[in-house]
Amino acid sequence: MSENVYIIGTDMIRFGRYPEKSVPRLGADAALAALDDAGVGLRDMQALYCGNLLQAGAMVGQRVLQEIGQTGIPVVNTANACATGATALREGWTAIRAGLYDLVLVVGVEQMGKAGLLGGGGSKGISTEGLLGSGTMPAIFAEAGMEHARKYGTTFEQFAKVSVKNHHHSTRNPKSMYQKETPLEDVMGAEMISYPNTKLMCSVNVDGAAAAVLASESKARELGLGRAVKISASILTSDPYTARDLTMPDINTCTRLAAKQAYEMAGVGPNDLDLVELHDCFATAEILHYENLGLCADGEAGKLIDERQTYYDGRIPVNVSGGLLSKGHPLGATGVANVYEVATHLRGEAGERQVAGAKVGLTHVIGLGSACAIHILERVAV
Amino acid sequence: MPKPLPIVPYLKIPDEGDPYLEGHRCLDCRAVFLGERSVCANCSARDRLEAVRLSNHGELYVYSITHRSFPGVETPYVGAIVDLEGGGTVKGNLIHIDPDPEKIPLGLPVELTYQIAPRKDAEGNEYLMYYFQPRT
Ligand SMILES: [Zn+2]
Repeated sequence: MSENVYIIGTDMIRFGRYPEKSVPRLGADAALAALDDAGVGLRDMQALYCGNLLQAGAMVGQRVLQEIGQTGIPVVNTANACATGATALREGWTAIRAGLYDLVLVVGVEQMGKAGLLGGGGSKGISTEGLLGSGTMPAIFAEAGMEHARKYGTTFEQFAKVSVKNHHHSTRNPKSMYQKETPLEDVMGAEMISYPNTKLMCSVNVDGAAAAVLASESKARELGLGRAVKISASILTSDPYTARDLTMPDINTCTRLAAKQAYEMAGVGPNDLDLVELHDCFATAEILHYENLGLCADGEAGKLIDERQTYYDGRIPVNVSGGLLSKGHPLGATGVANVYEVATHLRGEAGERQVAGAKVGLTHVIGLGSACAIHILERVAV
Repeated sequence: MPKPLPIVPYLKIPDEGDPYLEGHRCLDCRAVFLGERSVCANCSARDRLEAVRLSNHGELYVYSITHRSFPGVETPYVGAIVDLEGGGTVKGNLIHIDPDPEKIPLGLPVELTYQIAPRKDAEGNEYLMYYFQPRT
């Protein structure tokens, strides 16, 4: 019988731009803060799971240990597009479930530098960009949004409202890159990147790091469950075949599959959730995931944002951290940072942005190509 | 004048006759894929795929209008996802239409048109590409 897994410590650095720091240094800053939060030391850690995308070949986890203590423990480096950090967390969870370890450290870190939000360039021959449509991320997520518009009549204005909300939320989050209101006319009137996504509807390109200490149930009890948060589901999926997905990436089916499995594993449903941090890499994406995660019925996502039900004081608060749209999206750190956010609310420590009485929360990330990771976290009843 | 190269491997340029897009259809589940393959991504059947000539006619499924792209790429342009008649989904620029969401109806009947690409590679080779345009 495998043991439950708990988060006993977690923290993140404020997302921003840190050109003077190295990737391992950023990761080390988050790791030390999470260890301090847990009240344990690096020498208590039995393994490190480290998520980083842009230096995936460069042993980032080992270099984090070179900054904070080379104890000889196993290090696993993960890369899984924008699900990189959540994949590292899940690997740590898996190892504890398997009974290998009682205490592991998870780090997600990324330095975006000048990497653009547009994504990768063309292949050999001549570039097809702008000839055979667009392979840029804003365009791919524009097309995903247009599919929702085609089915349900979702409007540019409804997509834009998501960005208004997430920027509003971020004004209460001191760890967000931006803390600035963006009224609807500013969002809709911003530079059009790829219709229907304007510049203010694209995630913010930032450096960042987040970390968590995971413990087996017996170890968590030994250390004291006071501020511990239970991981009641950890799910990872890839994209099942759908008719268009090799031409037009499908972020819906893998999310629906993961959500179904996560709710089953945790024994909860979407109505039990007190808050959700989901993958708003573009404003269009958040609308799709309202339905993919079952926060509303199919076709009602536009209404959900119109009625402000996903605001921090609404029926189901979504991205109270400010989300990728305002807090920022440092690829490999994102999945761990949204676990930090939900855990902080469940502990009742989210300050001004605290979702009152939060007991159960869900985190979701998508790596295009595709990987979907969902974690459901629960406050421990003491 | 040397024959142009195809911009993507699934664009076929026969010695005789018109260029076309090639797909592969699974004999077991009927899924249609762009380009060559020997195993089906849908049902995992092996060696059950046959080459098919894809239709030049289709319907606009969804689109984006890109205003900002990589340096040197002329904007704006309409990137279209098109479902071809008889199977296959293809992405490409939709031309001869205003890049204005008010003027691009979803479901628009479109057709493929083949042209020499406005870019050459480092060796100066020409490439044949395709666009979509509203069907008349
Ligand atoms: Zn098949």
